[in-house]
Amino acid sequence: MKPAAFDLRHAASVSDAVEILAESDGEGKVLAGGQSLGPMLNLRLARPRLLVDIKRAAGFRELAADGKVFSIGAGWTHAEIEDGIVEDPTQGLLRFVAHGIAYRAVRNRGTMGGSLAHADPAADWVSTLAALGATIVAQGAAKQARRYAAETFVQGAFMTKLTENEVIVAIEIPRLSTTARWAYHKINRKTGEFANALGVAILDQKTGLSRVLAGATDGPPLILPRTSGRLYEAGPEAACRLIADELAEILPNSDIDGLELHAVAVRRALMQVSKEQG
Amino acid sequence: MSMSETLGEGIGARVRRKEDARHLRGRGQFVGDYHMPGLREVAFLRSPVAHARVVSKRKTPEHAADTFFCEDLTGVSPIVTRSSIPGYKHSSYPILAMDKVRFVGEPVAMCIAKTRAIAEDLTEQVEVEYEELPVIDSCATGRRKDAAVLIHEEWGDNLFLETRFDSGVDEVIAKAPVSIEIDVACSRQAMHPMEGKGVLAWWDYRAGQLVVHPSTQVPHLIRAGLSEVMGIPQAIIRVVAPDVGGGFGYKCLLQPEEVAIAWLAYTFKTPFRWTEDRREHLVAGANARQHEYKLKAYADETGKLLALDAEVAVDTGAYSVWPFTACLEAAQAGGNLPGPYQLPAYRCSVFSVATNKPPFAPYRGVARPGVCFAIEQVIDALAKAVGREAWEVRRDNLVRSDQMPYTNITKKHYDSGDYPEALIAAKNMIGFEHFRLGPKRDERGRFLGIGFASFTEQSAHGTKVFAAWGLPLVPGFDQAHVKLTPDGALEVKVGIHTIGQGLETTLAQIAHEQTGVPFKDIRVVLGDTANTPFSTGAYASRGIVMSGGAVSRTADVVAARIKAIAAHLLQTDTESVRFAGGRIFSGSASVSYADVGCAWYMRPDQLPDLVDTGGLEAIEAYKPQVDSGVFSYATHAARVAVDPETGLVEILDYVVVEDCGKMVNPMIVEGQTCGGAAQGIGTALFEESPYDSNGQPLASTLLDYILPGPAELPKFRIDHRETLSPYSAHGIKGVGEGGAIAPPAAVINAINDALSPLDATVRVSPASPERIRRAIREARQAGSSEAVKAAE
Repeated sequence: MKPAAFDLRHAASVSDAVEILAESDGEGKVLAGGQSLGPMLNLRLARPRLLVDIKRAAGFRELAADGKVFSIGAGWTHAEIEDGIVEDPTQGLLRFVAHGIAYRAVRNRGTMGGSLAHADPAADWVSTLAALGATIVAQGAAKQARRYAAETFVQGAFMTKLTENEVIVAIEIPRLSTTARWAYHKINRKTGEFANALGVAILDQKTGLSRVLAGATDGPPLILPRTSGRLYEAGPEAACRLIADELAEILPNSDIDGLELHAVAVRRALMQVSKEQG
Repeated sequence: MSMSETLGEGIGARVRRKEDARHLRGRGQFVGDYHMPGLREVAFLRSPVAHARVVSKRKTPEHAADTFFCEDLTGVSPIVTRSSIPGYKHSSYPILAMDKVRFVGEPVAMCIAKTRAIAEDLTEQVEVEYEELPVIDSCATGRRKDAAVLIHEEWGDNLFLETRFDSGVDEVIAKAPVSIEIDVACSRQAMHPMEGKGVLAWWDYRAGQLVVHPSTQVPHLIRAGLSEVMGIPQAIIRVVAPDVGGGFGYKCLLQPEEVAIAWLAYTFKTPFRWTEDRREHLVAGANARQHEYKLKAYADETGKLLALDAEVAVDTGAYSVWPFTACLEAAQAGGNLPGPYQLPAYRCSVFSVATNKPPFAPYRGVARPGVCFAIEQVIDALAKAVGREAWEVRRDNLVRSDQMPYTNITKKHYDSGDYPEALIAAKNMIGFEHFRLGPKRDERGRFLGIGFASFTEQSAHGTKVFAAWGLPLVPGFDQAHVKLTPDGALEVKVGIHTIGQGLETTLAQIAHEQTGVPFKDIRVVLGDTANTPFSTGAYASRGIVMSGGAVSRTADVVAARIKAIAAHLLQTDTESVRFAGGRIFSGSASVSYADVGCAWYMRPDQLPDLVDTGGLEAIEAYKPQVDSGVFSYATHAARVAVDPETGLVEILDYVVVEDCGKMVNPMIVEGQTCGGAAQGIGTALFEESPYDSNGQPLASTLLDYILPGPAELPKFRIDHRETLSPYSAHGIKGVGEGGAIAPPAAVINAINDALSPLDATVRVSPASPERIRRAIREARQAGSSEAVKAAE
């Protein structure tokens, strides 16, 4: 379990990283925290000729804010988000989610951008940022950065919309208002393991945002539009009654056990929203 | 049954472990810690298929000298483990595959390089062509009489062994008022010591010896095994076990990789090392635990056992491990299934089935976690059938203290103890009565339950027991070498090895007890065949009984000689001399141990002419008067909450009431119990190595193979009993395995108690969330179909 030989280059900046990648003829891979890529390298499941280390590259830890959106650099670690070193524009959701990612040792190195680029369907940020309606900003060879909606960014297990030689630079997260409610329910077998099912519910009456999401399926995270609408119109309990049917529609080929487990995760998230409102 | 914890440093004292100073500072010396000039690392190319003919193999010309196939290993023969049991079929386990591969992960080629990464690169360049064969993926396919697929062609079938035991049950069965029938199964597991296996070997020109450092529990056996397989005399092999990061039975085996590394060092006279990685451990290392049971139990109206009729199949893998044979597991399964109970009639057939999986190895507890899981589910099912609490039926069936010593139906000789008392104590500790009066679900809607498991732990089973199991290497006497040094310290040398169980500490406590030499001045040397007397090694919970007994006896001999010399120096007779406070007294006059040592070694002019010429060192041998094993026992009780929607289980409380005879160091006993119970909870809830129908392992990383972590484990509450064994030195019994035996039974009985309102039952370990959800769904469907029937 040792990696195949690779070259390692340290990028100095975002543009440097993009340039190095472009020179690699598609055989380069970006290394951020290395918490997913490291094991893949050791198992020789990933065999890039070149690793482009962006850990110390300038431009991946920018923060920018206005009244509606908070933009967080892709290179911030889960631990820094957990500890509140970065502002949380979501009334605590980001910090809560960060705290539940793997183990502290992993959180100390793993980054938000790295997790999104890796696109494990069971990863926490993939679902959370989709539910929040975040935007993923990526820089490629073109002058202009590309912007992807988080909810359609992940296209399948370990597949994203990123084109060759593009690097995630930042994530723009819409602010939740102070009266917003959120709940995040993860079902996993042991502390720190990847999720078997995820439910996210966000209700922001003030901005009209209502989103219910099922995550950790075999594919991309799933927004449940009908359940989301019912949550806004009639509240969590009414919304709960739609979950099973809507999931079955969206995932027609799933087995009954999987569907039920996803429904449980979403229902528990909704009930949590309901409790906090009560 | 008194509990006699002592102050001081001798037997019974909570002395801190000598070995912790280096381990806590990260200064242990494990196989991976060695640095040696010219050391080359080794990687193995392993079979990607479960069953195939090897059609062709090709090395790249530029790396031909660094690549090895079986034909290159001159003088080496396959590992063969014979058994004296009639009908046993032995396997021939090649060091590197020859004409066939028989499991995914079987070593096919070996490559050497300066680093492991480069060695792994080289393995990728080796070309092997396979012609795949149909796969035996389970006991069921392996047991088919018309098997067209043979793992070992010369056998004619796929059974290592089939054994039957029958005390005569038909008459009892015909009349029994109550009967139950259940199928129980334990999934395949790997053992996962914190340190994987590894071995380093080099040639010592000065001594003219091959020096081998395997991560092993059995250094003297490895020396014998290497000699046999490599065809070289034992005199030119020295095995020195380094620090070992957990063994659990896996490190009792002589494996192909160890032979290969020893052969490289012997052939090239330079150092080589192989370090097992986690993936190799998961897919190619010793597998364990996979049993299937078909059980029919017969009882009277109160649930008292009348007969047990059982069929057991062990999924034994492709080859026999060395030296335990492929049937130790099966022999224990059939022999220990009656458990701690009075069973009047018993019939059992046991099948050791060869399958296209890695060799099956005895893991902490050997077959007993499986048999405990099986018989404890029988007891609970009987209790349900007769409408009583499971603990009551358990109590009524347990062997009682007034029956001790008790020889059961399979001739297990239980030496001492009060089994029902431990059960009642566990029931009280877990708060059973109070629990039964309380709610059946908690505020989160989870179902609550309590489960019990009682068992005996045969420990330090000796010569006759192993001979009856047909093993090629049978343990006999263990020896110890004890020496007072010229400056008054004590050296204790034993051939067993410390693998985390604290023998450096406990053996020093015993030596202190016998000689009075201060604990800090006692040094225990283990695991080096060049300077320790022979021991079969650290397995079967035998260390503290056997090596402890040997140290006790030998230290006694040296103590008498110390007293004789001290008496001479004090100008008194030997009888009036006593050890106290780290000195040797007669009345108020005293000498130090250094005075005695000095007199013998440096100033013999001070000694009388007729001095004992044995001096201040001795080697003595020991085994208990009755060596059929001394039986520790315990009852575990678990209180759990089961989430019916997710199938997740939380262990709310876990108690252990155990009796391992005289405790040499209660703190170490508790450590053994907690560690074993943690592994047992892994078996109960998490750990599983599934294989698909092509024999491909489905859990090849720790992402898929889930080990319990601190957050998944309860705080174990332990209560001790201390019934001294009448047969062993100091009344000590072994305790290394017990913790791992009961948790699958206790936890899953608790889960089934919790799920009883839903009529759902889990009979397979681990009780994974999927299995629990399926059980609930099936019970719901069965319930609704019954309702439909009733309506019709």
